[in-house]
Amino acid sequence: MALRERLQELHDRGLADIKKGDSLDRINEIRVQLLGKKGPITQALRGLRDVSAEERPKIGSFANQIRDELTAAIEERNQELKKAAINAKLASETLDVTLPGTPVAQGQPHVIQRIIDQLEDMFLGMGYQVVDGPEVEDDHHNFEMMNLPKDHPARDMQDTFYITPEILMRTHTSPNQARAMEAHDFSKGPLKMISPGRVYRRDTDDATHSHQFHQVEGLVIDKHVTMADLKGTLEMVAANLFGDEFDVRLRPSYFPFTEPSVEADITCFNCMGKGCAVCKNTGWIEVLGAGMVHPNVLKMAGVDSSVYGGFAFGLGPDRFAMLKYGVDDIRNFYLNDTRFLTQFYKRG
Amino acid sequence: MKVSMDWLNEYLTLDVDPQTLGEKIERTAVEVDQVYKMSDGMSNLVVGETLSVEPHPDSDHLHICQVDVGEDEPLQIVCGAPNVATGQKVIVALPGAWIAGHHKIKKSKMRGVASNGMLCALQEIGFDEKIAPKAYDEGIYILPADSENGSSVFPILGMDDDIVETDLTPNRGDMNSMNGTAWEVGAIYGKTPKMPTFSLNEDGSRKVSDLLQFSVDETLAPTYKMRIVSGVTIQDSPLWLQKRLWEAGMRPINNIVDVTNYIMLTYGQPLHAFDYDKLSSHHIHVRLAYEGEHLTTLDGEDRKLRDSDMVIADDKHAIALAGTMGGLDTEIDDNTTTIAIESAIFDPIKIRKTARFFNLHSEASMRFERGVNKDDNQNALDHAAALMAELGQGQTEQGTGVGSDTPVEPAKVSVTLTRINHVLGTQLTVGQVQTIFDHLNFPTENDGETFNVTVPARRWDIHIEADLFEEVARLYGYDNIPSTLPYGTMTPGALTFKQRIIRDSRRLLEGAGLNQAISYALTTTAKAEQFMMRDSEPTELAFPMSTDHTTARMNLISGLLDDIAYNVARKQKNVALYEQGRVFYREGDAIRPLEVEHIAAAVTGTLTTKTWHAEADMIDFYGIKGIVDLFLHDMGLSEPVHYEATQAHAQMHPGRTADIYVGDQVVGFVGQVHPEVASDYKIPDTYVFELNLQALIDAPHDQQQYEPISKFPDVTRDIAILVDQSVTNADVVALINKRGGAHLAGVQLFDVYEGVHLPAGKKSLAYTLTYRDRQATLVEADVTKAFDKVTAALEKEFDAEIR
Repeated sequence: MALRERLQELHDRGLADIKKGDSLDRINEIRVQLLGKKGPITQALRGLRDVSAEERPKIGSFANQIRDELTAAIEERNQELKKAAINAKLASETLDVTLPGTPVAQGQPHVIQRIIDQLEDMFLGMGYQVVDGPEVEDDHHNFEMMNLPKDHPARDMQDTFYITPEILMRTHTSPNQARAMEAHDFSKGPLKMISPGRVYRRDTDDATHSHQFHQVEGLVIDKHVTMADLKGTLEMVAANLFGDEFDVRLRPSYFPFTEPSVEADITCFNCMGKGCAVCKNTGWIEVLGAGMVHPNVLKMAGVDSSVYGGFAFGLGPDRFAMLKYGVDDIRNFYLNDTRFLTQFYKRG
Repeated sequence: MKVSMDWLNEYLTLDVDPQTLGEKIERTAVEVDQVYKMSDGMSNLVVGETLSVEPHPDSDHLHICQVDVGEDEPLQIVCGAPNVATGQKVIVALPGAWIAGHHKIKKSKMRGVASNGMLCALQEIGFDEKIAPKAYDEGIYILPADSENGSSVFPILGMDDDIVETDLTPNRGDMNSMNGTAWEVGAIYGKTPKMPTFSLNEDGSRKVSDLLQFSVDETLAPTYKMRIVSGVTIQDSPLWLQKRLWEAGMRPINNIVDVTNYIMLTYGQPLHAFDYDKLSSHHIHVRLAYEGEHLTTLDGEDRKLRDSDMVIADDKHAIALAGTMGGLDTEIDDNTTTIAIESAIFDPIKIRKTARFFNLHSEASMRFERGVNKDDNQNALDHAAALMAELGQGQTEQGTGVGSDTPVEPAKVSVTLTRINHVLGTQLTVGQVQTIFDHLNFPTENDGETFNVTVPARRWDIHIEADLFEEVARLYGYDNIPSTLPYGTMTPGALTFKQRIIRDSRRLLEGAGLNQAISYALTTTAKAEQFMMRDSEPTELAFPMSTDHTTARMNLISGLLDDIAYNVARKQKNVALYEQGRVFYREGDAIRPLEVEHIAAAVTGTLTTKTWHAEADMIDFYGIKGIVDLFLHDMGLSEPVHYEATQAHAQMHPGRTADIYVGDQVVGFVGQVHPEVASDYKIPDTYVFELNLQALIDAPHDQQQYEPISKFPDVTRDIAILVDQSVTNADVVALINKRGGAHLAGVQLFDVYEGVHLPAGKKSLAYTLTYRDRQATLVEADVTKAFDKVTAALEKEFDAEIR
């Protein structure tokens, strides 16, 4: 048989063997057999010296081509077999991915804390400070400086836990207004603050009353702060906490420490204003009280009411949480049932 | 106040539906509780006439009535009312009618006799017990004789009238009257209300000044006047008057008492009617009660008065608790003929205190507390006298007896257009503002900038500029005020260092698996005094509302244990809580407590749940301590933290509690709640810590500095030693660190073993020591040398056996 034909035959038979080879070992065997130093191709190439000088380069190049093709085929077959082996191994490692993951201990912030933090973040972004004040207050800051002298009828509206005739559990966070105004240096710019905290009322605990609850007080005092600014700010609060699809309406109210005084309602989220049991068919839900700081309050805190003025508002995170999440019993906030505490993780 | 639309329409022609009016009042003036008709939810109630009334054969109290309801045939209705009789006009609920309480009337049989409907008492068609006339308390209501059979009873009883019920803020006492409400609604709609008129005929032969003398303390009653109407007949009021009263939620009594109430509803001026002939003298005193003086009030209560209560008295004794409740002795009864009508203005604070003390909050006291209109005081008196004379067929004696009559000057308030717009953020014009004052009927002059406003006495709530801002703002409409945000000098909005640490603290503990709790800060004194970290007196409420909440807490743990108890009682076995908040320490003689920020945790059961794949370990000392370690590490404190065993906390397990030190300051404690205390709380084994967060905030904090990462590899050596049980890990680590040499970078305990394979009283501790040199690769021989020194020291100091 001519050399060329022999090479061609080696090539064809080699490719067929490689294709049939079903293990890495077998392929390696084929490689050694075909392409090794003692293999037929090497042998064949040795026979080149018997070929005419004219034919030699052609046959030589043909032989090299065949060797390269076989080498490539071996490599390819090797890869295929390796891949198959890996796939087979991985297939054997298949898990039930629906089994639960290993639990990681993680606690939740209290729902009221979430609301307070959210409000703090919004107001911090608008350049407000967060101000703390004592929970055990004196009558002077809690009432007198809020334009609620001893015999004021509005004191009926907030029955108080007194400790002594002059010391009490604060009934609102408003005294922090007075404290902040007393401390503020108005030559350094406006006073913009919010003050969240616990407050106490002499109430019997039931589904809608709690002797302990929370308030967030807000106050802005500067040379030109308007009722329009108050309205805009309250709309921001409502949008931030409830979403911007809700309308805000202001209506007249009465607080001794503000004049004019307003109460802010938002569209009832339960019926979107159509009227339902939640909003007592009004389409509105009362969410906070506010107003322009009463000149007496400014005066008592040593602020010149002919130059400075501003607004104040007070809102109840407990009430917000009840409204926002449909919590129907305020006591849930203070009994700390873990099944309650761990509910509040959703973003909306 | 329950405002009748029919009545309001006598003042104003409104042509507006009641719901819209309610909404308008709510947006402009005061809250509106509800808009309703007394007939809401009821139907098919008609006038019937009892043609015959026969006793029921099988009953000792039922009657079989044939009732003409305007149909061809009378209806047979069985009725149990004791006052049913032939020839009465009665309220008939036809078959299919709805009556109060959502009851439907059906044809039925009563003891075998067909009954096709029901004869109704007022209470059965929605009248409150407190407003239905007493005469009909025990039976059905009898309608006027001219009522047309078969016609609806609603118009006859005023039940088809729309009622707008306002909820007044304390400053709007003026709206506690129809007049005041009409002024307000007039201002809202830009209309001038027509005030009530009457004609007073002083047709009596006597002068009041001859009939009565007065001694009035003007500080108690700045205005005190009386008229006398004589020769009256006491009887029921006409239906129109009764309707006015019950629509307003008041009960008709008799013509005289009803007039006082009607006039109060009209003018907001409470009146009181005395039986003139029952006065023991005709000298009327307004004075403070004598301490311990007795007065039997109209409700039959014998009241022991205080020397701060105001009374009306004759020469001998108190005859009324001024402005709050009349006295029984001078009450109008069926035989009364001569009426002394009192129209006064009393000190509102005194009234309030008396009403509060005796729990006598009446329609009258409430109006005195919130203010009455001095300008209408005489009108109210005159109108009352005229009406009593008319309805009682009596005569009004001549003149008014005046005990005091202190004039009230109208408030004059000036405000500029610039200020109004400056405060409201509006761009109102002179014309707009003037129109608002005109609509309010406040006489006002302006010079194009300044408004000089004369405020009528009926609006005693207005006396400063800011009050006028409110009038302008609300009548202009809050909806019309633009929405802006404050502008001006920028201010930084940032949490303080303390606030940041407090926030971070919460995140940290949540990350460690604890849920934030907010417990009650007021607890019992016993619980307030548990788990205390320093000496303190309790801060106790003077008048607590419940025995569970009397004292400001001096620790957070007791509240958390209450929370755990609540959970455990509800079958929640795994509870992990923390709380951040204040405790209240009080020095012996201080009145006000010191408020200190604390943070505490309590864990029972496991932090995670056991699954198919992972065990969940029961919390133990080291579990809770690990959380404290994590927490304190993240606080970045400059001084080292260490723990010392303590038996000083009475509520803690004496062998499983450590005080936590930062440097040499105790900042808290950690450990297991004493099993007896846990059992008192009815909770299982619970591990807790409490930290003085304020102390951690105040402690020095490290400045963060980058520490280059060593290029050279660490070398580690393990050592296991056998030591006496009494030798603590802290002792061993301290010694290793002391003798570890310059390159010792860390000591890590990796095994503790105590048990049967060891000699009694011994334990095995195993540590990994890490050596590091930032400048060069450590030489094996150097490490070995350093390690040998540690080994030797351990052998020497603790008699340790190296294993």
